[in-house]
Amino acid sequence: MARGGGRAEQAMVPDVEFESYYGRPILKEPVWKTPDVPLYLFLGGLGGASALLAEGAALRGLPALERTTRLVAAACAAGGTVFLIHDLGRPERFLHMLRVLKPTSPLSVGSFILAPFATLSSVAAGSQLTGLFPRLGRLAGLGAAAFGPPLATYTAALFADTAVPIWHEAHRELPFVFAGSGAAAAGGLAMVLVPMEQTGPAWRMAVVGAVAETAVVEVMERRLDMLAEPYSKGFAGRLMRSARLLTLSGVGLAVLGRRSQWWRRAAGVALVAGSVTTRFGVFEGGMESARDPKYVVVPQKARKAARESARWAERTAAPRTG
Amino acid sequence: MGRLSGPLHDVAQDAGYEQPPPRMGFFTDTSVCIGCKACEVACKEWNEVPEDGYLLTGMSYDNTQALSASTWRHVAFVEKADGPALTDLGMPGVGLPGAATAGTVHEDQETASGDSAVRWLMSSDVCKHCTHAACLDVCPTGSLFRTEFGTVVVQPDICNGCGYCIPACPYGVIGKREDDGRAFKCTLCYDRLKEGQKPACAQACPTESIQFGELDVLRERADARLAELHAQGVEVAQLYGRDPEDGVGGDGAFFLLLDEPEVYGLPPDPVVTTRDLGSMWRHVGAAAAVLVGVGIASFAGKRG
Repeated sequence: MARGGGRAEQAMVPDVEFESYYGRPILKEPVWKTPDVPLYLFLGGLGGASALLAEGAALRGLPALERTTRLVAAACAAGGTVFLIHDLGRPERFLHMLRVLKPTSPLSVGSFILAPFATLSSVAAGSQLTGLFPRLGRLAGLGAAAFGPPLATYTAALFADTAVPIWHEAHRELPFVFAGSGAAAAGGLAMVLVPMEQTGPAWRMAVVGAVAETAVVEVMERRLDMLAEPYSKGFAGRLMRSARLLTLSGVGLAVLGRRSQWWRRAAGVALVAGSVTTRFGVFEGGMESARDPKYVVVPQKARKAARESARWAERTAAPRTG
Repeated sequence: MGRLSGPLHDVAQDAGYEQPPPRMGFFTDTSVCIGCKACEVACKEWNEVPEDGYLLTGMSYDNTQALSASTWRHVAFVEKADGPALTDLGMPGVGLPGAATAGTVHEDQETASGDSAVRWLMSSDVCKHCTHAACLDVCPTGSLFRTEFGTVVVQPDICNGCGYCIPACPYGVIGKREDDGRAFKCTLCYDRLKEGQKPACAQACPTESIQFGELDVLRERADARLAELHAQGVEVAQLYGRDPEDGVGGDGAFFLLLDEPEVYGLPPDPVVTTRDLGSMWRHVGAAAAVLVGVGIASFAGKRG
């Protein structure tokens, strides 16, 4: 019988004794492809939050910001759709995603968010580029802004609604991580592409998003306890550390270099890079979490033991009260 | 949509069938499994499941390794060295009477590590056909569905290979055929059930370790078998997946095990992920609302 976890790498926590079947995984590792799926997550966050910026820019009369964010939103929707379809085992059947609408399947709900978002953001961007049907374009932009935030956060449910311990047990925090990450990316990219005079809102969105992303990741790792181990070890650990470094340096550059166009651009680049790295980190953390039977056996045994001892306590306490 | 967790007596009715037949399932009694793998072979033959590689693993007699898209029955072989000490049965020894003390281990019986009492556990694993099946819940195309027998089946003509069912399964049962692109798993021989036949694996099992029938009947039979084993002093015997109060609402295919579930590669306390669906969507909604708030707040203040 195989005991222990196998891969011993800079053990953070002393290795827990547990039994397994020849150390083999209990769960199946997700078959989602990389970079398709992490990039899809990133583009959903970037595009969704950009659509929000675009509507705000239209309302406050910031034409350069509006133009750029509309184009970014449409490009993200197109790119995300391509990645999502490419990830399928049978890409020619992608329309089967729209056969049914199932609230129990975040991928089904997500398809019904992505499809209208892609349509509306493309119409808004098309109108912006050509100058045709400006009122229809604005209306479509408003629609895209409505579907944008759910597009940025539903992907958290996509990951959480699995048996992968590091994803499922973080179902409360992940949506906020992804919302923050999306805001940081959208604000950051606008800071890179838009003249400084119009990036005030993007700057604020980016800084708030980045701080939120970093803080919630911290909370998530603490609450996950031993399940969070993959986020501090190996490949996923390196990604998560890089993401934090990039995001925090982005915040630092943004705050210190508030008055300089070039500092803002550098900050924007760091924030976008931080956001995309977070998605890859969360993705790879899930892979490791599914691979190692420790993350299934140890917490489940503890849960079972706690339940049994509670039942035992109830039973032994009964005669005294009765 | 049906219920997402907790005990559920009529799973097919919950899925929308008006007058479904009784729920059918498997009771796999591993205490009588002899590890012949007839179930693996019969399943492959009947269901025309492609071969999935020939590999010598060194894991006892198990070269199949795990359930997957192309392995719908998997016989696990566990060799455990910490079994109970051998009882002196007073068996006749070899050689002169009294030359070897009965009950002691002969040299040729000793293993390299000096273990004398090896317990050899065998168990034929299969899709659990959960009462609350995560694979079915998360399938975005409706390819996975609940049959009138209460089992869970993939429709290959609908599946688009999104792969969502694969990490959703708390038992790691369903897999993707890489060269095909789609997900596959045990159908509990849906085609045979429709004809009133036993599934191929149960039909082939020579020891009735794999028992097929109405789930209610199987549960009673399993309870009786467990009581019998406990009465015989086999304290380690336990039922796995039998309890409708468990995290998946009970399994349509459940087991009698002679050790802890994780020893056989089974999760000790599986929970259907969609039990927390409400909380997931609430948090997704709250996060989206916060993002809108951050967006609006960002436009209060200077333009540059």
